[in-house]
Amino acid sequence: MKSSDLAALLNEPACTHNLKSKSGCARPTPGATAGGCTFDGAQIALLPIADVAHIVHGPSGCAGSSWDNRGTRSSGPTLFKIGMTTDLSEQDVIMGRGEKRLFHAVKQAIDRYSPAAVFVYSTCVTALIGDDLEAVCKAATQRWNVPVIPVDAAGFYGNKNLGNRLAGEAMIKYVVGGSEPEPAPVDPARPSLRVHDINLIGEYNIAGELWHTLPLFDELGLRVLCALSGDARFREVQTMHRAEATMVVCSRAMLNVARKLQESYGIPWFEGSFYGIGDVSSALRDFARLLDDAELSARTEALIAREEARLAMELAPWRERLRGKRVLLYTGGVKSWSIVAALQDLGMHVVATGTKKSTEEDKARIKALMGEDAKMIEDGNARQLLNLAREYQADILIAGGRNQYTALKARLPFLDVNQEREHGYAGYQGMLTLARQLTRALENPVWEAVRRPAPWHALPSPSNGRGVGGDSEIAHPLPSPANGRGIEGEGRLEVRHG
Amino acid sequence: MAEILGRIKPLAVSPLKTSQPLGASLAVLGLNRAMPLLHGAQGCTAFAKVFLVRHFREPIPLQSTAMDQVSSIMGADDNLIAALKTIAEKNRPAAIGLLTTGLSETQGTDIHRVLKVFRARHPEFQNVRIVPVNTPDFSGCLESGFAAAVEAMIAEWVPSADDAGTCPSRRAHQVNVLCGSLLTPGDLEALRELIERFGLHPVLIPDLSDSLDGHLDAEDFSPITIGGTPLSAFATLGDAAATLVIGPSLYPAAELLESRTGVPVHRFDHLLGLDANDRLVMTLAGIAGRTVPARLERQRAQLQDALLDTHFLLGQARIAVGADPDLLHAFSELLAETGAEIVAAVASSRALVLTRTPLSQVRIGDLEDLEDLARAHGAELVVGNSHAAETAERLGIPLLRAGIPQYDRIGGYQCTWIGYGGSRQLLFDLANALLEQAEHGVAPYHSIYSRKADSRQEANHGTPQAFANSGRWH
Repeated sequence: MKSSDLAALLNEPACTHNLKSKSGCARPTPGATAGGCTFDGAQIALLPIADVAHIVHGPSGCAGSSWDNRGTRSSGPTLFKIGMTTDLSEQDVIMGRGEKRLFHAVKQAIDRYSPAAVFVYSTCVTALIGDDLEAVCKAATQRWNVPVIPVDAAGFYGNKNLGNRLAGEAMIKYVVGGSEPEPAPVDPARPSLRVHDINLIGEYNIAGELWHTLPLFDELGLRVLCALSGDARFREVQTMHRAEATMVVCSRAMLNVARKLQESYGIPWFEGSFYGIGDVSSALRDFARLLDDAELSARTEALIAREEARLAMELAPWRERLRGKRVLLYTGGVKSWSIVAALQDLGMHVVATGTKKSTEEDKARIKALMGEDAKMIEDGNARQLLNLAREYQADILIAGGRNQYTALKARLPFLDVNQEREHGYAGYQGMLTLARQLTRALENPVWEAVRRPAPWHALPSPSNGRGVGGDSEIAHPLPSPANGRGIEGEGRLEVRHG
Repeated sequence: MAEILGRIKPLAVSPLKTSQPLGASLAVLGLNRAMPLLHGAQGCTAFAKVFLVRHFREPIPLQSTAMDQVSSIMGADDNLIAALKTIAEKNRPAAIGLLTTGLSETQGTDIHRVLKVFRARHPEFQNVRIVPVNTPDFSGCLESGFAAAVEAMIAEWVPSADDAGTCPSRRAHQVNVLCGSLLTPGDLEALRELIERFGLHPVLIPDLSDSLDGHLDAEDFSPITIGGTPLSAFATLGDAAATLVIGPSLYPAAELLESRTGVPVHRFDHLLGLDANDRLVMTLAGIAGRTVPARLERQRAQLQDALLDTHFLLGQARIAVGADPDLLHAFSELLAETGAEIVAAVASSRALVLTRTPLSQVRIGDLEDLEDLARAHGAELVVGNSHAAETAERLGIPLLRAGIPQYDRIGGYQCTWIGYGGSRQLLFDLANALLEQAEHGVAPYHSIYSRKADSRQEANHGTPQAFANSGRWH
């Protein structure tokens, strides 16, 4: 990968991060960094393409600790779930046998699994020793007549977002435009309906949540040519250039794909979200607007009116139970406001929200939703999140899975809203799931049990049912574990040695 | 005894192997107030962290030197020094495990030299102990990375008897235990209790049963490990009465400890089954100079009873095992003791122990190899980590989860299979797994002259053509 190409990707013109002084793709700090690498991002973006053999070209660390760990689902083939790696040995690295091994590895995958295509991911080691991924893939494609696509996204190129972008770039460069879509089948119930073709970019079908929104599109007469990449097939990606409109779902990372589809094929696009009733409705309206079809608009309004009315009724009992509960939200980018809206919809009070990956535009929307003095968390390490939860008397932390056990260890209810989650919250139906999962977390009797001290310790305990300690802690954001933590530190000593 | 068949395929499919840096991180997590630091790109750490979090369901301290494209080419010494400084300053750990990855090893880093530079430049962090370990992920596996880290801890922190004036048996009740990666935190807890029954004081190295046993601490958050072997323990190893080492991968570390301190070493390949535990109990009785407690005699009798109760199922049972070498060897010996047959054995990586495993062949490979071998030899049960769940499903046979990772079960990290009691549980678990799927006796045969139309329908469920002309009974 040329450094000029990397720089071009980092300066994605459609990304508003790049219009501000703060870049969204800043370098990580050694010794104080969290989050995945470029290779991780590329895999997240493409792995859901279900009928493709995904080969990781590198030593065992890259695929060995990461395969079989994502919540994305397929309605058909499961080939994507089978981890494949060239698992380079020391000899391969030293003797430069990587390319040869890769070439034969592609053959092995094709022979046994007959994939629609093979994607080959580079990794740090193979990028460093200079394996020519593109040349091997080209030779393999010609030799075996199966598309073999290089995804040059080695880990050290940068962070996850860059990986998403590189993955999108590879699709644009090698895959999109590769074949034409079949004509849309005619719905016998609505033979005269004009069907429009659309793309969804950045929808990964985590926990099957695409299947919450797909029925809505069917009803409206919108054919999803390709969801990049949730429950996608290789052929669907090839036909993305024929869509009439594109929605970038909840992520700035693959804006480059939407932009290039517009530049090369004139496909209009918009950014939106499927979280929260208001957002789902406005996403559907945006499609109707871009597609400029009066009948579609009418169908859309009718569907929105019906679904919103249904939700208002079905959510009523849940709203009752969730009203006034205080939420600390820590997630990134678009979700920092889209989920706020969803939670407020449920009658909950969002006390603070994370804005690590958010743009000024995102922040403006947060202020519109939460008021001018909304608490925004720029960089929330675990310690800081817990302090904030205590300070704002949060009842629950909603964040990514990485913070799950941090919250649980602090005896704080938790809900996972990132990619490892096990429940789909998208679409109208997803709101009901969200409400149910929230009450499930909040109303569980274990919270009382885990805060109750052993009966033989007459220690004072946090009895307000919120947070985990006295307010006096707030003044010390980073206490050293060595000197204990007030009364709890002493309690711990007593438990261990008493 | 076993013939080792090397890797024959260019592509590893459904990898069984977990990388060395991850294994070394795990060993460091068994130290008190420690932080493993991977010298590589941030993904090396992120993947390992997610992996360990999912297995243990605990927050896992793990940091990265965050190598990027510039430092990967131009040298990452500055990243390494900056990372050590940041961690020492911000998290105040007692120990940092400095571990390399495929990226930094390919680049050609010299962590020992960089560590000297760090020491010279930052004398203010002199009290933070740092153990450098070379763990490239293009060789070895989780087990060998774990072993390399333990060996490095001894090399760094255990002084020789001459230098430190330690003397074997000065602490007459202390027993050092080098705990291999085949032991779970649950196993370690059982082992500690067993040793304590003899009035001895065990020092476990590393001690995952004190750091990753999944307990709710009074403290709400810590950026470093809470619990584990205290670093001060390393200075006392030379005064112990004996060292036990569990797992052949740790034998080199044990030899180093013995040559440094003169404390006699007792080697145990594993602690599964009657034979291994008889040896352990006799060894402990010898060290303590005590008779064996009656309670243990009872547990031994219980294990013998379990051998009888399960032998109908386990005798000649056809089992496929995929694991790191130590665990594979342990299961081979245990299953041999029960009369079961291992018909498919796949190890993630080469190791010396495999040559003396009581099997005819061991394949170095992946779960696809295990699946092919299991199918070819009609295996009835798979033993392997959670990745093997789909393998077992495709084979249509049950899976007994063993090893790392176990992310589709709660509490897999805590399952206890060592000691007389643990071995009894393992026999039960093996037998129950077989019971779930067992086809009992002879398959139903339907006489061509039979008029039992009802039973035909039931037995031929799913094959309607078999009773296509029996419509008049419906």
